[in-house]
Amino acid sequence: MTPTSQLAPELAPQLLLAWQDWASLFIHYLSLSLLAIGGAISTASDMHRFLVDEQHWLTDAQFNASIAIAQAAPGPNVLFIALMGWNVGLNAGSMLTGLLGVFTAMLGMLIPSTTLTYLAAQWGHRNRELRAVRAFKQGMAPIVVALLIAIGWVLTAANGSGMNNWPVWLLTAMTTLIVWRSKIHLLWLLGAGALLGWFGMV
Amino acid sequence: MTLPTHEPRAQPQSLTDLFISFSLLALQGFGGVLTVVQRELVEKKRWMTREEFVEEWAVAQIMPGPNVVNLSLMIGARYFGFKGAMAALAGMLTAPLVIVLLLALVYAQFAGHPGVQGALRGMSAVAAGLITATGLKLVGALQKNVLAWPLCIALGVLCFLAIALLRWPLAYVLLGLGVAACTLAYKRLEP
Repeated sequence: MTPTSQLAPELAPQLLLAWQDWASLFIHYLSLSLLAIGGAISTASDMHRFLVDEQHWLTDAQFNASIAIAQAAPGPNVLFIALMGWNVGLNAGSMLTGLLGVFTAMLGMLIPSTTLTYLAAQWGHRNRELRAVRAFKQGMAPIVVALLIAIGWVLTAANGSGMNNWPVWLLTAMTTLIVWRSKIHLLWLLGAGALLGWFGMV
Repeated sequence: MTLPTHEPRAQPQSLTDLFISFSLLALQGFGGVLTVVQRELVEKKRWMTREEFVEEWAVAQIMPGPNVVNLSLMIGARYFGFKGAMAALAGMLTAPLVIVLLLALVYAQFAGHPGVQGALRGMSAVAAGLITATGLKLVGALQKNVLAWPLCIALGVLCFLAIALLRWPLAYVLLGLGVAACTLAYKRLEP
């Protein structure tokens, strides 16, 4: 294990994990999977209780870095689960156990929810002419559309709410307007945001 | 897509096409993949209409688990059944997983750099705008909704208030407003 392979080398615990421990890691994620309505992040507080407070498999720094890196990286945010597994595995010895951690955590988190979603979606598609199925899709539509706008609002507020944060708000507002009204490639906007941030302008 | 114009609609050509398409979507999705999925699959590739996208998204949102993972699974399954679901899911997760692990390996060296922190801050401001804009675009998909405008607006405003301003837990909001909205829709649909 090289120092760079850890998120917080000075704090990381050295773990000796038996197969029962791997099993309990797997079962922990299995048990959270079906509770994760609105995304895996909604169960993060329970993961923190288990991984950091009870088992001491991760430090607070490793836990927070797992979420931060997954959010900064491309791809679905659920990969923070993979990073938590990775860090538990690294604490247990090597990159190999790190990979074991990745698959243990991700499979535990994804198998129940994807199975249920797959079955429900297939059932819904077969019965798409049913009045109840049509009512569900029509009824949920305005709610999930508004939910996106609400989440955008929440994310904006999370970037700072004081008056001195006006450049961040302006950047978000401009982005909203541009994406809403034009076909410009999204990566240009993300690149512009990164540059503005790098030079301390937002 | 180079389909002839008389073709009723575009769709993925193969499992490989699905896998690659979803890999590319995922790799463009900094701070949320949903905006990219809507952009590429609805506006560019035209695999689905705006209305169909909202319907699929409603299911993906209400089911447990990561939303865009659910969405990719459902879209893949729609074209190629179980194999399609797995191909789309693998596309969504494989390449980003490799990148996120590489980032974790170098994170310790760069996390404290003020430029990096600033860039992340700028990108998350843009990401917030992307999500908001996706929501605004999809408002148009409600035009044909059986609930009709006034009711759609009312439900939308209530949802926004509950989540954005009151910060109520998502599960309760989805359940409470959802049951009301689906009941209303059920009554308005022809038996």
